[in-house]
Amino acid sequence: MSAPTSGPIIRPYGDTTGDGMVQLSFTLPVPHDKRAEGAALQLAAKMGLDPAMLVHAKQLGDGYTFFVVYGSVRHLVDVSAVQVVERDFPLLSAKEVNAAVRRRLRRKLSVVGACIGTDAHTVGIDAILNVKGIAGEKGLEYYRELRVTNLGAQVGVPDLVAAARTEKADAVLVSQVVTQRDAHLHNTREMAAAFREAFPARRRPLLVVGGPRFDELMAQELGVDRIFGRGTTPREVASYLVHALITRREVVAA
Amino acid sequence: MSGSVTAAGKLDLDPAVVRTARRLARKAGGPVVELARSHTTVSVERAVLRLAGVTGADPDGIPWVNRLVDAVTADVGLGHGVALPAFHALAAEGVGDLTLLAQKAAAGSVRFAVPRGREATAARAAARRSVGAGLRRVDRRRAERERLIRRHGDPPQRPWIYLIVATGDIYEDIPQAQAAARAGADVIAVIRSTGQSLLDYVPEGATREGFAGTYATQENFRLMRAALDESSRELGRYVRLTNYASGLCMPEIATLAGLERLDMMLNDSMYGILFRDINPIRTFVDQRFSRQVHARAGIIINTGEDNYLTTADAVDEAHTVTVSQLLNEYFAHEAGLSDWQLGLGHAFEINPELPESFRLELAHALLARELFPQAPLKWMPPTKHMTGDVFRGNLLDGFFNLVGAMTGQGILLVGMMTEAVVTPWLSDRDVALQNVRYVLGAAGGLREDFVPAPGGFIQQRAHRVLAEAVDLLERIVDGGLLTAIAAGTFGIMRRPADRGKGLEGVARHEPGYYNPATELLEGPVSARSAGGRVGSAAAANERPVR
Repeated sequence: MSAPTSGPIIRPYGDTTGDGMVQLSFTLPVPHDKRAEGAALQLAAKMGLDPAMLVHAKQLGDGYTFFVVYGSVRHLVDVSAVQVVERDFPLLSAKEVNAAVRRRLRRKLSVVGACIGTDAHTVGIDAILNVKGIAGEKGLEYYRELRVTNLGAQVGVPDLVAAARTEKADAVLVSQVVTQRDAHLHNTREMAAAFREAFPARRRPLLVVGGPRFDELMAQELGVDRIFGRGTTPREVASYLVHALITRREVVAA
Repeated sequence: MSGSVTAAGKLDLDPAVVRTARRLARKAGGPVVELARSHTTVSVERAVLRLAGVTGADPDGIPWVNRLVDAVTADVGLGHGVALPAFHALAAEGVGDLTLLAQKAAAGSVRFAVPRGREATAARAAARRSVGAGLRRVDRRRAERERLIRRHGDPPQRPWIYLIVATGDIYEDIPQAQAAARAGADVIAVIRSTGQSLLDYVPEGATREGFAGTYATQENFRLMRAALDESSRELGRYVRLTNYASGLCMPEIATLAGLERLDMMLNDSMYGILFRDINPIRTFVDQRFSRQVHARAGIIINTGEDNYLTTADAVDEAHTVTVSQLLNEYFAHEAGLSDWQLGLGHAFEINPELPESFRLELAHALLARELFPQAPLKWMPPTKHMTGDVFRGNLLDGFFNLVGAMTGQGILLVGMMTEAVVTPWLSDRDVALQNVRYVLGAAGGLREDFVPAPGGFIQQRAHRVLAEAVDLLERIVDGGLLTAIAAGTFGIMRRPADRGKGLEGVARHEPGYYNPATELLEGPVSARSAGGRVGSAAAANERPVR
């Protein structure tokens, strides 16, 4: 079903086209009284609700009040002017990731992960790899079609290269939290160089690094395939692996 | 209350099948207990030192218990236990106390040896005296809790209402916890910082920085317990405090919980193995010791079966929850915990799009209730099928609360409509508590009327889950629990016994291994003190729902 549009300029819909109705709830740090309700209406007015109806107010604890406000907004939205930043790979569900690997790779996809250098902060790599995951998303271990080897913390680059070879890694995931004296950048460059030396170009595993202080645009400069910054979830990483190792290669091959 | 219709009668379970299930759980768990009895870990030994009074950390924040265990291990290995070498060195060096000894050992000025003959006897006596003093502190905390419960009273209703705070800063957590208690929470859980479970030491002091949670430290425990004591006085009911005895430092955290009068601890027999890739042997050894401490401290454990359902399908894998509950029960009893201390976990995680999902939830929840009639089951809210649609989420939470009321759950973790969206706002918590209050107020006594039709959908479903659980237990008994874990029987994780984190911190007992804490915890004193509690607490547990 496609949404009924009355042209590229729209406003919210309550029960009549063009009524602009929205609902809103929020808490203000004041006890509930007449003045508090006035404050809530003032906020609603400043947010562009005109007229605003305060339909519910309830004090929470000592000094807070929760409000529900309905009202009509004056704002118009120009749909033709909406700009969307597209991710350069599709976000897949665990099921879709598994299906893509099973059907198109026809074997388990091997992922080797580690914290390299002296970095002992495994929070990042564990959040991405451990089943426990992060933010309600399961880690890569949860994906049936991925074979995950988590080497843990303080892994030397030669050991990582050796493990990647033994596990026939399709992808190597490296997490770097410590940034003292740009350690994360040095370590990443060292790791990338070692993999280039150890593997012929076509057989080299995909190199992915992650950490809260990386600039996602530096991948090429550091010699890796992809950088993930703060707030990355396992699903994004899994989707990227499918994109880079399966979908894109098929396109290249075809 | 339900009086005439006992919970055990509602599903018409075959008592022979229930007995078989328990017998199989015992058979599956037995070899693992043997393994736990013949091994020790760095964290068990550090817990012994904590009971013996070692406190504090070096300037880098590494606790003295770690430094001392590392120093002893470097000289004589871990397999003799730390007590004999440490107390022998204490006497030989003429050092005043163990913390000083740890400092000298860290500086490299002490050599450790395993004492023999009369020296061993002396070290053994000194260790036992010192650890005994620590256990008496735990006993005093327990008596203090019992006194405060008598003074302030337990919550007027079952289930107890369990709320989470998690700011990362203990000084922010405190006012939030007190506000939550005022708003109706009976149990406050302080979520730990992400990643603490994989730290092989317990951080020290009050902490103000954590990732999506607050570090479990002795000082944070003490600060929060003191704050909730204040709230208990103000509210006229004893507000319980919960934390997490899990991860690599489980035995130490259990010990600190006992020393600081925490009331409940999350403590699952297999969670660390499956979800944190901690070595299975490390986990089972640490588990047994921490459960013995919890038993002694009068702490209610909460097990983690809800986690299975977040990774596996809640209908297809319902029986794995039952199997895990039975194993958790066996391991808990073996370690000396009483039924009233078993907050066995389960969760409302069936896909709401599935036809009859609510009836399936009722069947599963009632099955747990009937299998473990004396345990204060921990009922966990939906998470997997919560979306950004907070309106639908609030409805799901209402149905979750209703199952909790209808099946007599003991501890209800309050579900938030913003589960998948944000860490709960003040208003989210209020909406959630309003939901709980409405359901318990409107239907709190419905357990009395709720008797599933004989041979009907709910009974059949419960029978089927129990039968599948027995099948799975049989398969586990055939190959052994460790093999089952290695083969990925639980969840989908394969966890071989020779892999996983923390394995390097495990040692087989050498001849003459000595652990004064285990000796005292398994001794007749603890049995007597635990036995004395069963009656009164079990009675409290049978308190009518409203």
